[in-house]
Amino acid sequence: MASPESTINGPTKAAGADSKSLRNAFGGVIAFIILVLIGVLAFSIRLFSVIKYESVIHEFDPYFNYRVTQFLSKNGIYDFWNWFDDRTWYPLGRVIGGTVYPGLTLTAGTIWKVVNSLNIPLSVETVCVFTAPIFSAFASWAAYLLTKEVKGPGAGLTAAALLAMVPSYISRSVAGSYDNEAVAIFALVFTFYLYIKTLNTGSLFYATLNALAYFYMVCSWGGYTFIINLIPMHVLLCIVTGRYSSRLYIAYAPLVVLGTLLAALVPVVGFNAVLTSEHFASFLVFIIIHVVALAYYIKGILSPKMFKVAVTLVVSVGLAVCCAVIAILIAVVASSPTKGWSGRSLTLLDPTYASKYIPIIASVSEHQPPTWPSYFMDINVLAFLVPAGIIACFMPLSDSSSFVILYIVTSVYFSGVMVRLMLVLAPAACILSGIALSEAFNVLTRSIKFQLPGIAGNSTSEENGSSSVVAPSDVSKTEKTEEVAKEKPVKKNRKKEKENVEKKPTPSKTERRLLVLPLEASVIAVLLLVLLGAFYVVHCVWAAAEAYSAPSIVLTSQSNDGGLHVFDDFREAYSWLSHNTDVDDKVASWWDYGYQTTAMANRTVLVDNNTWNNTHIATVGTAMSSPEKQAWEIFHSLDVKYVLVVFGGLVGYPSDDINKFLWMVRIGGGEFPHIKEPDYLRDGQYRIDAQATPTMLNCLMYKLSYFRFVETDGKGFDRVRRTEIGKKHFKLTHFEEVFTTHHWMVRIYKLKPPRNRIRGKTKKSKSSVRRSVSSKRDVKGKRNPWH
Amino acid sequence: MGRSSTVKETQALFQSLRSAYAATPNNLKIIDVFVGFAVLTAIIQVVYMAVVGSFPFNSFLSGVLSCIGTAVLAVCLRIQVNKDNKEFKDVAPERAFADFILCNLVLHLVIMNFMG
Repeated sequence: MASPESTINGPTKAAGADSKSLRNAFGGVIAFIILVLIGVLAFSIRLFSVIKYESVIHEFDPYFNYRVTQFLSKNGIYDFWNWFDDRTWYPLGRVIGGTVYPGLTLTAGTIWKVVNSLNIPLSVETVCVFTAPIFSAFASWAAYLLTKEVKGPGAGLTAAALLAMVPSYISRSVAGSYDNEAVAIFALVFTFYLYIKTLNTGSLFYATLNALAYFYMVCSWGGYTFIINLIPMHVLLCIVTGRYSSRLYIAYAPLVVLGTLLAALVPVVGFNAVLTSEHFASFLVFIIIHVVALAYYIKGILSPKMFKVAVTLVVSVGLAVCCAVIAILIAVVASSPTKGWSGRSLTLLDPTYASKYIPIIASVSEHQPPTWPSYFMDINVLAFLVPAGIIACFMPLSDSSSFVILYIVTSVYFSGVMVRLMLVLAPAACILSGIALSEAFNVLTRSIKFQLPGIAGNSTSEENGSSSVVAPSDVSKTEKTEEVAKEKPVKKNRKKEKENVEKKPTPSKTERRLLVLPLEASVIAVLLLVLLGAFYVVHCVWAAAEAYSAPSIVLTSQSNDGGLHVFDDFREAYSWLSHNTDVDDKVASWWDYGYQTTAMANRTVLVDNNTWNNTHIATVGTAMSSPEKQAWEIFHSLDVKYVLVVFGGLVGYPSDDINKFLWMVRIGGGEFPHIKEPDYLRDGQYRIDAQATPTMLNCLMYKLSYFRFVETDGKGFDRVRRTEIGKKHFKLTHFEEVFTTHHWMVRIYKLKPPRNRIRGKTKKSKSSVRRSVSSKRDVKGKRNPWH
Repeated sequence: MGRSSTVKETQALFQSLRSAYAATPNNLKIIDVFVGFAVLTAIIQVVYMAVVGSFPFNSFLSGVLSCIGTAVLAVCLRIQVNKDNKEFKDVAPERAFADFILCNLVLHLVIMNFMG
């Protein structure tokens, strides 16, 4: 591996061992400084939301993680491990210890504990908000290590700089985005680095570290199945292309055994580590690599003739046994309806699976396929540096570069299925682009260097072919040959550092002359590449500042006089709930707001973002789609006191419940067939104006969203749907409005208590109706499945 | 006739296998015996599970995986200690053994935690 060398100083004598080691040491120091700066860059580019808004936790899922971390910091790890949460999924509750990926909360909890024991008084919230930027700095360093193993330190530094800034990763790891991916991407890249390191060195020590890093990844994110399928794929690729070596065995076999055990230790995974199809690939390749290892061993100790005999014998016997085993395996797997795969994994393999069978997975916006522009938005310039990187990986092709190629190909496929997985593509794209840029700079700077006047007889001044050539006597000319490897962000002043990376000149001296490009072309190409990097930096900073820093719990907009108007309705509503309701009151809302309600308002909710119980969500969806009386009955049977809806019609907030309403209908209709989606559509179109269907105009969601809406502007003009509403003047019979926030974004209603006297019907007939309904077992006649 | 030639070939094959294996040094043979012992223990556990049933599953899993893990690690040690392996000639056998011990420590720590 070449080491980065900088020749700022004057001339050095050729073949001086001292000067060479001095250059190496100097280069090492420069690389270290650059890495520190990359870490600072990664940390600071994610702080835009803290500067623009405040240090607050964003979105929905991070609120759950924050609540869990609060619990952990207050009650300690044993209570956390055995925690049964009764304030969510009422009346079912949720086993937190067994259903959460503990890596993130344990990491933040540990950081908080350590920092507080050093008497630095950071609150849990501060630690949670800043965990993601810290780990993104670590992820950049891990990318440096990984790419250094593949190609060399220059490529490593470039890849690290690219990963520090790539918008796709920024979007999931800004300060405040306290979600699993914040630590998981670091764990992913670090695990891959240790795998490649083990593959390159064959040391069992790194294999152990690899298994431990894989354990950290399993603790952190459900995407660990990507690792446990990618590595066996790579091993298979190496075996098939004839690159089997004993280092491959040492890299893979202990990882499978230790990794499976460690994965089974995490309660969320448990026995799924050996029972689900997602892990079968690793076991299959485990068996295959043992067979191959045995074959190579026998080949080594036998003569070729005997080996041929052995092969024919083994093939004939082994084939029969193999077929029998595979037949048994297929029978076992095919007997389960999902063939042993989980719903989300099946969605990755067959993108249309979710929309057909599990509407909840299909309804999450993160699970939709990405559009083409989102590739350019999220990885920008890297999108067309990646193919160059793939080509650069082929010359020469080694085990590690074949791994990187496999990684990018699979991650491109998966990112095409789910937009959320663009995040897994980001490190691969950065690594390959770093390789591409580094190789390009290599070639161009070498061309420039060997063609500068004054470097006469460059090939003859070489003593040994293993180090770079430095002959010039002019300081100015040497400065010209130093090139940019990374750029600092816009915030700091634009001082360009230059770094010269040289490869071992393996071709002969005559060949080297052939690889040289014309001088002017090289200079212009270098300048253009630097410009490319500049565009990338500008885009990344813009994306971080404008696109990905919104905390989504606080919204802003520009007012007419240039000021900033803040919409803080969500927190207003949650604090109203926490101050004006009893601790044990249950709040019903759509599952999006469950985590925020439990974390900020501290009230029990029916459904939340975990979406583990489809029937319960369908019940809430049915209630929202039913007329007032039936909805009241459903909610009353679940002990609900308050109903919360989000309404964006007054201010033009597009992610409100009316826009999500069709999903409520679909999910509810999936479980309770009396809810039919066409009932809510007029001619296949979803409308809420005067042309809407009566079912739509009478359903609870419509009524709760538009109650008294006509009082705001006299006409009831909905700014999101851009029409006037259909039913303008109506009264609520079973609900009463208790709170509407300042911009009407969150509206809270209370269930009216049941009437003491029922006019017109006696108690006896009501109970007989109830009994007949429940005894009929006819789903069509059932209005309220909870009676 | 073809059959007898295959039988003779098979016998010759096993003969050559045995003679080639007898030439391996003693320390490697000890490691091989250890590997065989570990695999045998794993097979015994699987047979026991088939007879008695798989509850508690975590104990079964930890038992079998500890045997297989020890076998795999011993094979890795053998690879690194084998003098015929050109790739590992600059790795001292003591270093290989130390790595082996470390990995076994981690493995058995996890096993003891998982066994329940």
